[in-house]
Amino acid sequence: MITTVTVGLGSCGIAAGAGKTFEKIKAMKEQENLPFELQKTSCIGMCYREPLVEITDDTGTYIYGDVNEDRAVEVIEKHINQHDPIREYIVYTDLFEAAENDFIQSQVKIVLRNCGYIDPESITDYEQRHGYTAMKTIVMEKLSREDVIKTILDSGLRGRGGGGFPTGMKWKFANASKSEQKYVICNADEGDPGAFMDRSVLEGDPHSVLEGMIIAAYAIEATGGVIYCRAEYPLAIKRLNIAIKQAHENGYLGKNSFGIRGWDFDIYIKEGAGAFVCGEETALIASIEGERGMPRKRPPFPAVSGLWKNPTNINNVETYANVPWIILNGSAAYAKYGTEKSKGTKVFALAGKIRRSGLVEVPMGMTIKDVIFKLGGGIKNNKRFKAVQLGGPSGGCIPEYLSDTIVDYDSVNATGAIMGSGGMVVMDETTCMVDVAKFFLDFTRKESCGKCTFCRVGTMRMLEILERITNGKGQETDIERLEELAYQIKDNSLCGLGQTAPNPVLTTIRYFRDEYEAHIGHKKCPAKVCRPLLTYTVDEEKCTGCMVCLKNCPAKAITGERKKLHLINQDLCTKCGVCFSKCKFESIVLT
Amino acid sequence: MRITRLNSKQTETKAEAVDLRLLDPLIEKNKAKKGNLIPLLQGAQDLYGYIPREVFGKLSDECGISLSDMFGVATFYAQFRLQPVGKHIIKVCHGTACHVQNAKEISEAIEESLRIKDGETTEDRFYTLESVACLGCCSLAPVMMIGDQTYGKLTGNEAVKIIKNIKLSENN
Ligand SMILES: Cc1cc2nc3c(=O)[nH]c(=O)nc-3n(C[C@H](O)[C@H](O)[C@H](O)COP(=O)(O)O)c2cc1C
Ligand code: FES
Repeated sequence: MITTVTVGLGSCGIAAGAGKTFEKIKAMKEQENLPFELQKTSCIGMCYREPLVEITDDTGTYIYGDVNEDRAVEVIEKHINQHDPIREYIVYTDLFEAAENDFIQSQVKIVLRNCGYIDPESITDYEQRHGYTAMKTIVMEKLSREDVIKTILDSGLRGRGGGGFPTGMKWKFANASKSEQKYVICNADEGDPGAFMDRSVLEGDPHSVLEGMIIAAYAIEATGGVIYCRAEYPLAIKRLNIAIKQAHENGYLGKNSFGIRGWDFDIYIKEGAGAFVCGEETALIASIEGERGMPRKRPPFPAVSGLWKNPTNINNVETYANVPWIILNGSAAYAKYGTEKSKGTKVFALAGKIRRSGLVEVPMGMTIKDVIFKLGGGIKNNKRFKAVQLGGPSGGCIPEYLSDTIVDYDSVNATGAIMGSGGMVVMDETTCMVDVAKFFLDFTRKESCGKCTFCRVGTMRMLEILERITNGKGQETDIERLEELAYQIKDNSLCGLGQTAPNPVLTTIRYFRDEYEAHIGHKKCPAKVCRPLLTYTVDEEKCTGCMVCLKNCPAKAITGERKKLHLINQDLCTKCGVCFSKCKFESIVLT
Repeated sequence: MRITRLNSKQTETKAEAVDLRLLDPLIEKNKAKKGNLIPLLQGAQDLYGYIPREVFGKLSDECGISLSDMFGVATFYAQFRLQPVGKHIIKVCHGTACHVQNAKEISEAIEESLRIKDGETTEDRFYTLESVACLGCCSLAPVMMIGDQTYGKLTGNEAVKIIKNIKLSENN
């Protein structure tokens, strides 16, 4: 058997230096004429150990972690030339207990079935792992549109873009609308700042999304397809373009797609131009039409009147990636996973103060605690887990004491957060919840399209209140004011952006009211984040009198002599934090 | 609201002659397509690095799109710039994951070192500093992107060092 060496070249891997690792290994192979095949793949989810290099030889498969250029030389020398795997660098293998084995083994990979296993730029790789077999089966067994829709309905698949609407139903509606022209759209706008599931799927397995779209198009008799992808994902766009070209060459797209006479289905990519609200389906359609991305009133729903006023089915990247698997394995196999009302699996992007930050796919019904501690390895730097943010700007923070909540649409909604698209940002004791609420509100305020007064002006007023609280000028009644405004914005906005924008504030007030009260009543920030509420002093034990803080203080508030204790004059201190970040001896104390 | 971006202080720049002929192939390609406004603006920005005032006029004349529609779209989307930018754009991520891992420190360190604020361009037109929401590399937070290159797990000092090195390597 020929040995293969595979380097993970997703965006995260490349940022961690995988490109250099790849070049290094390539150079070694060419110079010394080494006996292995060098391949590329995308992200396998272990972003926290990138760059990753996988070696498969006669004895088995080994994944090496943190392989920078130097380590690459070492690994190739030892493993390839001397047949002596370096155990301490191996993060995953099926041969012995490696450091990250449990990370891979406790997942159920349906959406991510190919990510990290195939070369995303090769259609042959995809086909070798049952790629396009689902669509071929449909054609060969002459499954009707209704059969396909029924399978998706029975599987219980719900939209993964955030709303959780049953996908089969959506297809049924779109199929019921009659028109010469119909469209399928893939929502790859991934606006939640702190989430990267869709990027990984597009970069790692673009054909699975194309196949899902083709099946949807078949089911509703669509004539055209559009992928609306955010411009911040250049690698995803590049790989999608390659995939579309290959699908054309194989006759899967274009004239008589899949040999179906008269069905000229084609897909093109539309690059987003940077607006969160364009993730909302009607705004997205307006944006494709070349206009400002302003949401429209629904009904009519896109299934009746969407792109260019034609019936349109719009689904998220992850939703489409599920589809070929469901068709191939049957609805029962999919519905086997999950809870009563949320079937299948969900991909989560773990980020923030978590040890293993990366991508995981778990069956619905797992507890949040298990996702964070079993898969995510717990909190970084042995800090205390405080809360997890789900659903981004439309979602909320779930506190530690509710971490037994299971991941399914209804259970997460009951906490006031939403399942969202799968971003999970973990927060520890050093995260200030008022600051987090302010962060999200600042985001939604900037991203509001401005159509609805409550969303446009209301978010601004809420932000002003939060700013004053974090600046130490909070007033007794501010919490009530925030709540009142929040409900008015929710009730009086047209689209999901406004209807959900107050959620981060409402959930933090609900679960962390004491932190708001500390800011307002005691003018203190318990997490020591809000600078105007902190007092900076010098630790007498630790100060070496190095003069660095003194020289850097822009307010000239620090006095002292070389090798003598420095002092901060509280009347002059502007609380800018420069001394704290410049001090090498950690002798500036925050209280 | 999205329009607030316009109010941010813009660095005054001297008008430079804009070669409008560069636009011709772009117009030819997109003129007849429906929904062509955004691709036209994106194409123009690729050519000039921003969308100069004169370009609006020419696109409007030749493609029959009203100036107000064009300006409406250009100011709606964060991607479009109406002012010239530096040779390199430093995009510092302020998404959720980066925010809770001190992205502020990165921006502040760069602001201090380059003596510009968020959204501004250095006097020598070498760097423009921008903050963006999520570059999709949240596992490496805090993150910044210069050109196609993403840099992760940064500290303020490291970010400044990277910026200085790019400048040094290009000056030699
Ligand atoms: C403000 C706002 C932003 C949204 N952003 C996204 C997004 O980035 N990606 C996405 O797939 N859906 C997003 N959605 C949900 C879409 O409107 C739509 O429900 C979804 O694309 C439907 O696909 P699904 O049924 O497969 O989930 C957003 C909705 C709102 C209100
Ligand atoms: S939050 Fe910074 S890269 Fe996602």
